Amino acid sequence: MIDTEDHPLLQAEALTKRYGAQIGCRDISFELYPGEVMAVVGESGSGKTTLLQLLSAQLAPSAGHVSYRMRDGVMRDLASLGEAERRFLFRTDWGYVHQEPALGLRMAVSGGANVGERLMAVGWRHYGRIRDAAKDWFDRVEIACDRIDDTPTAYSGGMRQRLQIARNLVTNPRLVFMDEPTGGLDVSVQARLLDLIRGLVAELGLAAVIVTHDLAVARMLSDRIIVMKDGAAIESGLTDQVLDDPREPYTQLLVSSILPA
Amino acid sequence: MYALDLVNVKKSFTLHLQGGLHLPVVAGVNFAVQPGECVALTGPSGCGKSSILKMIFGGYRCDGGRILIRDGERIVDIARASPRTIMVIRQRAMSYVSQFLRAVPRVAAIDVVAQTLDHAAPDHARASATVLLRRLNIPERLMAVPPATFSGGEQQRVNIARGFLPDRPVLLLDEPTASLDSDNRAVVVDLIAEKKRRGVAVVAIIHDKDIRDAVADHIVDVASLAAA
Repeated sequence: MIDTEDHPLLQAEALTKRYGAQIGCRDISFELYPGEVMAVVGESGSGKTTLLQLLSAQLAPSAGHVSYRMRDGVMRDLASLGEAERRFLFRTDWGYVHQEPALGLRMAVSGGANVGERLMAVGWRHYGRIRDAAKDWFDRVEIACDRIDDTPTAYSGGMRQRLQIARNLVTNPRLVFMDEPTGGLDVSVQARLLDLIRGLVAELGLAAVIVTHDLAVARMLSDRIIVMKDGAAIESGLTDQVLDDPREPYTQLLVSSILPA
Repeated sequence: MYALDLVNVKKSFTLHLQGGLHLPVVAGVNFAVQPGECVALTGPSGCGKSSILKMIFGGYRCDGGRILIRDGERIVDIARASPRTIMVIRQRAMSYVSQFLRAVPRVAAIDVVAQTLDHAAPDHARASATVLLRRLNIPERLMAVPPATFSGGEQQRVNIARGFLPDRPVLLLDEPTASLDSDNRAVVVDLIAEKKRRGVAVVAIIHDKDIRDAVADHIVDVASLAAA
């Protein structure tokens, strides 16, 4: 025992996904603890997104298990959860930030409603309180409150991504999945978003699994890294171990390909 | 009772992009540091001094031997510890002042420093950070500014404050005074002396001989530990 919180929140055991004869990912095992941020890095097609979808119960594994510690402290295999329990995870205990904000937002309703909707899904009914909570989150993700009644179609890419983050975090999740959260954004917008994510993750003590091909994103946000290639986890360790002292040929290639700032 | 003990520590790199070139760095590194003691690592550039510090901190992986650090009642071998254990040890038992500050965009200098006291109340942490930054002659008007635009010497002083603010049993210093003027060097010498008086075990790389003589109790010549 090293810590009072020394029980994993999420556990992957020998996780494998086949698409017919193709391998999506194979034999991946790790544990994620409360408050830990893990980055999954690798090039396109390495299986990063497949892994994220397996971990978040959007795909069923061909072999292996994903377990999650529910709020009552009991570790449960995701495959064994009932529909109500799965819904609880998706609506409250988890967040999922897509690379493309339109996938995670409802583009036809206002920004404020996008945030408020998650609260209504967990039983909030008082309009004034929901609006106040939405305003508070607009503030935290640095969107001007006078944009609260606009639909996200009228937002810039960076604002949409920040709104998606607010929508995910408003229910106080314990675990957030992020798929290339800064992927489609300009460099200056990226830096601001990264910084915002870094601050919120630390402040809220969130655990996160962040898929990215950008090692600078991994460096800035994560405690640990898993490097994927051809569906396998070829190297893992503390972020500075993997980036400053990479062992595998492929990881050395990735690290040496970063342009100096 | 040592705070830190290195036993037969070994490090090499294999550069796969250079046809698997094998680069031995150090081997047979043996030294212990008692609480309140400062060990200085000496030797020419490239002989492996920083590699030893990074192995102790767990940022470089260790190829052989043991790196034992005391954490309260237990002893942890960093060379074999899981990432999770190293994270806990870093929070509780080790501080590291790197050669360069890795600047975080948009975070004020005072918060870069105060964040290292993650269990303290924010006001208290900021007050302590202010005192230390003042001692290191960082002007008040700069404390609220992210350090990315600071001069090299100012960034290094923020980095020093960040490493010195938490009181952890082991302090690792990689060239803390290299880019500082003589006034600020004197401040750092005082700060190291204070840490030693409080029982902190210090491992330092310091090129300046006068400063080294002022703070070090023992010298480990890393050049003599070159791996074959």
